[in-house]
Amino acid sequence: MTAHATSPQFKANATRALADPNLQAALLKMRTGFIDRRAAAVDRLPEFDALRDSARDIKNHTLAHLDLYLEEYERNVRAAGGQVHFARDAEEARRIVLDLCRRYDAKTAAKGKSMISEEIGLNQAMEAAGVAPVETDLGEYIIQLRNEPPSHIIAPAVHINPEQVEADFRRVHTHLDPARDLHEPTQLLTEARQVLRRKYFEADIGITGANFLIAETGSSVIVTNEGNGDLSQTLPKAHIVLASIEKLVPTLEDASQILRVLARSATGQEMSVYTTVSTGPRRQSDPDGPGAYHVVLLDNGRSAMLGTQFQDMLRCIRCGACMNHCPVYHAVGGHAYGWVYPGPMGAVLTPSLIGVDKGGQLPNASTFCGRCESVCPMKIPLPKMMRHWREREFERHLTPAAVRYGLGLWSFFARRPALYRLATRAAMGTLSLAGRARGRFRWLPLAGGWTKYRDFPAPQGDTFQARWRKERGGRA
Amino acid sequence: MTDARADIFANIRRSLGVTGNEATRRMEVADRVARAPRGVIPQRGQVADEARVALFRAQAEAVQATTVAVDSVADVPAAVANYLRDHNLPATIRMGGDLRLTAMPWGDTALELKHGPSDGNDLNAVSHSLCAIAETGTLVMTAGPDNPTTLNFLPDNHIVIVNARDLVGDMEEAWSKVRIAYGKGEMPRVVNFITGPSRSADIGQTMLLGAHGPRSLHVIVVKG
Amino acid sequence: MSAAASSSPAPVRVGLFVTCLVDLIRPSVGFAAVKLLEQAGCEVHVPSQTCCGQPAFNSGDRATARAIAAQVIETFSGFDYVVAPSGSCAGQIRAHYPELFADDPNLSGKANALAAKTYELISFLVDVRGMTTVDAAFDGVATYHDSCSGLRELGVKRQPRRLLASVKGLSLIEMKENETCCGFGGTFAVKYGEISDSIVGKKTENISASGAALLLAGDLGCLMNMAGKLQREGKPVQARHVAEILAGVTDAPAIGEAGERR
Repeated sequence: MTAHATSPQFKANATRALADPNLQAALLKMRTGFIDRRAAAVDRLPEFDALRDSARDIKNHTLAHLDLYLEEYERNVRAAGGQVHFARDAEEARRIVLDLCRRYDAKTAAKGKSMISEEIGLNQAMEAAGVAPVETDLGEYIIQLRNEPPSHIIAPAVHINPEQVEADFRRVHTHLDPARDLHEPTQLLTEARQVLRRKYFEADIGITGANFLIAETGSSVIVTNEGNGDLSQTLPKAHIVLASIEKLVPTLEDASQILRVLARSATGQEMSVYTTVSTGPRRQSDPDGPGAYHVVLLDNGRSAMLGTQFQDMLRCIRCGACMNHCPVYHAVGGHAYGWVYPGPMGAVLTPSLIGVDKGGQLPNASTFCGRCESVCPMKIPLPKMMRHWREREFERHLTPAAVRYGLGLWSFFARRPALYRLATRAAMGTLSLAGRARGRFRWLPLAGGWTKYRDFPAPQGDTFQARWRKERGGRA
Repeated sequence: MTDARADIFANIRRSLGVTGNEATRRMEVADRVARAPRGVIPQRGQVADEARVALFRAQAEAVQATTVAVDSVADVPAAVANYLRDHNLPATIRMGGDLRLTAMPWGDTALELKHGPSDGNDLNAVSHSLCAIAETGTLVMTAGPDNPTTLNFLPDNHIVIVNARDLVGDMEEAWSKVRIAYGKGEMPRVVNFITGPSRSADIGQTMLLGAHGPRSLHVIVVKG
Repeated sequence: MSAAASSSPAPVRVGLFVTCLVDLIRPSVGFAAVKLLEQAGCEVHVPSQTCCGQPAFNSGDRATARAIAAQVIETFSGFDYVVAPSGSCAGQIRAHYPELFADDPNLSGKANALAAKTYELISFLVDVRGMTTVDAAFDGVATYHDSCSGLRELGVKRQPRRLLASVKGLSLIEMKENETCCGFGGTFAVKYGEISDSIVGKKTENISASGAALLLAGDLGCLMNMAGKLQREGKPVQARHVAEILAGVTDAPAIGEAGERR
């Protein structure tokens, strides 16, 4: 079992999200912020598009040789004194991490931000095993206090406003003076810094994700702005890296190409503040750093995506640009998607990882505006892959009956031009007459999904094709 | 129960339609790892000398680092002391065993020096970078007794020394420096790229400085 | 270029793919398109037609999409160009027909050939026919919405603005977020009506805030969505297809408005 999914209830989730004023205010704020900052960063780098091509090619090459680069990577991790553990699925990954916790007699774990940790539902498993996971990324810390999943892959608490954070801090940080002033965001930041600083030193193990794994050197790379990932992995006695198999790139140079598009696409920064390349545990002469270094490599359905219509999705570097530019995400936020990965990348990935029967709503909930693909640093054809999921659903008769029926009726006429001309002329004539007085309809039978929210224009009368033939005679 | 590793490799190979024994594939992979080809290098960093120093400083300052240039290593201790005094910070610093740092004339200042990694109780730390990247204003730090990693993250104020001759245009040049220093395929335990002081936008979508790492980052560029 | 040099050049034969929405709901857009194409020296033909198949394609019904596309290829292959007053339908033919038939040796070549000569109306006029101005007048302040398929699949952005700049009496002001989807998305507007409504609500806010009295776009689907929302909200902004203004064919009432009609 992976993390629990409410993706089948996407519509109900969306209804709730649309009615949540706090969420809507947060979404309104993020709508232009991310877009403007990315656009400015892209404008400052003339080679940006060439770098996107380069980044795409690197990942395509790596995926085509994934078995060999994994071997190379594994060999080099071991050479540097680290250990690699393979996990076929979420359950296996959790078991490996819990075994390591026991080996290091861990009571608490400091955690850097990791979407794989979310994907495998690690925190719940650790709590059940008596190991306290402490999320140290500020956004992750906030949602951990609220017992919520992240709503965005790089800004997990983007749906929370400062007043909510203040209330959570007052509720949880009961050892601090209740009369303290917390109305400024900087005061909240300072408080989190102080509270979490102690946790790093208390932690027995540090768990981070990985933005890249480097085959050439056996290194893992994390990219953060806060420095929390570095403290999480430097101070405890063991460092566990959680990563999925498609994070591999061949060399440091290859990672550098992708780094140039990552932060720009994500936050509009040229570089995130900390890019950290870690290779193995503390060396003999090192005065600091973890005594042990473990990598847990998760498959969880990814190897099955290779060689399919969905292989391109494995290029994803989790920058969040697709959701930052998505009108549907802007309307409903990340939680509505109901599983770990929201937005366009989630709409493609979720059915791959938890099944189209559970995640099938997501690739349908897109206007196909194409903005996600246009900003994707890895040039992943997201709309095309969402369409492929719709095709799978259609083939398996999972498409809702009403949609199938309406589409079938339309297709029947669309494939018979003579019949189409006859039927549409008659229908438009009737509709035109009915709507003549107002010019539009506030309600139309069979079009409730439209007229509940919008008026529908009355047709002008005869169809274009009929009028053309009347006015221009025979010219086809 | 079968072996997870074997299963995953078998699945990958089945999906890709390969066996893993193809000589051409193996050669292609070995060649790429050995050659580490560079891709697209932005023009921006391809400037030399004074222009490179200027670009580095401008890029670092654009991400809220502060910078100062001094003529020689002999001027560094005074520059550190000045920075601390100007910011009303205590005259204590912690640094690692880097000979480039310890050989500086600290005795000319009233600074109190501590050595070794940080236990979290230091306000100020001084580190020496391996090199720095002009393209993005990024410092390249390598772990070890010379410059302990904890100094990069635990103190409130981080002061980093960069030799102007160690400024490179781009990340790819920085990797060359790492390989020259450590050998191809060998890596220091950690390489930290640092681009500005710590920050977070997780509260109210506003970027605030000083999340978990240093609240301020001061770079001293040594020209001599 | 000298007009005299062309003593009797072979006429450029354009097949007008009128699109089902224009055919059924707003034929005046079709006539505006014909007028503009003829002004650009084209001989316009309207073969019997239905739909480009996009609803089936986007709903995952590939077999039906292919059947309809094969019909369109058959009908339109003989023209020099195929032009549609819609970025969405032109994009379907240009960007997606080749993909639909990629594994069909019989139709792949024909699909690619048709794709290569299919254009959205306004970009065809400007980019292919070299039109730089139009002879039209309209008093008022307009704002232009960049419909998604035209913008991202076909690069329609500056062409309509260039021609609109030559319409006497018309001034164009840009709304905020003019490249953001209006929430139409074909069947999306009905399948996910509530989300679509939220998206179009933000769009009409930006339209209103621009101060324009007239909303223009190059796709009737998006226009029906935005006009329908503006009207439901009681916002006094009229909506027209950009071709109507460029052709000076504005005798029909604006979209969803009552009035004299033929």
